[in-house]
Amino acid sequence: MVQLTLPKNSRMVTGKTWPKPEGATNLRKVQIYRWNPDDGKNPSLDTYFVDLDTCGPMILDALIKIKNEIDPTLTFRRSCREGICGSCAMNIDGINTLACIYGLDEVAGDVKIYPLPHMPVVKDLIPDLTHFYAQHASIMPWLETKSNTPAKEWKQSIEDREKLDGLYECVMCACCSTSCPSYWWNGDRYLGPAALLHAYRWIVDSRDEATGERLDDLDDPFKLYRCHTIMNCAKTCPKGLNPAKAIASIKKKMVERVV
Amino acid sequence: MTYMTDRKRAEGNGSAKSGTMHHWHMMVSSVALVILLPIFIFQFGATLGGSYAEVIAYYSRPVPAAIAALTMLVTFYHFRGGVQTLIEDYVHGLARKVLIIAMICLSYGAAAFGVIAILRLAL
Repeated sequence: MVQLTLPKNSRMVTGKTWPKPEGATNLRKVQIYRWNPDDGKNPSLDTYFVDLDTCGPMILDALIKIKNEIDPTLTFRRSCREGICGSCAMNIDGINTLACIYGLDEVAGDVKIYPLPHMPVVKDLIPDLTHFYAQHASIMPWLETKSNTPAKEWKQSIEDREKLDGLYECVMCACCSTSCPSYWWNGDRYLGPAALLHAYRWIVDSRDEATGERLDDLDDPFKLYRCHTIMNCAKTCPKGLNPAKAIASIKKKMVERVV
Repeated sequence: MTYMTDRKRAEGNGSAKSGTMHHWHMMVSSVALVILLPIFIFQFGATLGGSYAEVIAYYSRPVPAAIAALTMLVTFYHFRGGVQTLIEDYVHGLARKVLIIAMICLSYGAAAFGVIAILRLAL
């Protein structure tokens, strides 16, 4: 049954308010979800004050500044700081996005940061993406061929290559899947927008020879047809992609096979 | 607690190899309802306020009776598919199966009563 309230041990409590940096005049209040699996306490919302005069412009800059200068125990993933690795996906001001390409000036009022919704939390802002990655692996995210020739490079026309635009750019940050209510309620069986966008990326690839098998694997009331075109995925994607359109394209291909 | 690999958990029982026909039938019935419902409402409105004899006379004609019967059938067929999806979304386990069976009985029962009522008017 769908859960509308959090379990008792997941309910938020008011956390610590960290002191304001001395001498700073241009302060921004940042509230961050904290949870430590080792202390047995409920999650809390800690309050920090960041001096914008000595901080970079992005949310990730503020997080790194807090970790370096205020609270070294704050835990989050980050790597490339330019929206390519997808590591720093989190819920900022109610939107799933990448902290490294989301500006502090894009948030009105206090900055509230939570981990990606409806995923088990490892610690603080780090969600457990194990199942998400396993679902991605299950759609066979590679070129599948049966022909032995050509033995060298497999060519693709400019038109066919263009079909991959809007698909190959996905960085697997999980912002879309964790914004999808269908994925919240049935994420154990529904593949979610990210895995399905990747599935379509290989279905539509002119060089791939496993289209039938790929469609067979997706022909399922839960794996594919839990998508009800809610469109949260397209709205939240930090790379500006449209997974809902890719899913609709898979459904169209499915119908082409039977009608 | 089971020592299942992440991949096995993600694969589950594999593909049901069904779902596309349900999707297609929902699309077809949606299009049918877009056509049927305005005609049905227009015809139903035309009889509103009429006497019993006038309503009987109106629905004795084949086209209004056919439109009304088709509207009943397609509406409850579409209702069945839509509510099934809704139950699958929000309810898990045995309750899901029980509710789906109950909803199918309700839908086809309602469709049968609707069609019988129209037949009684028409014949």
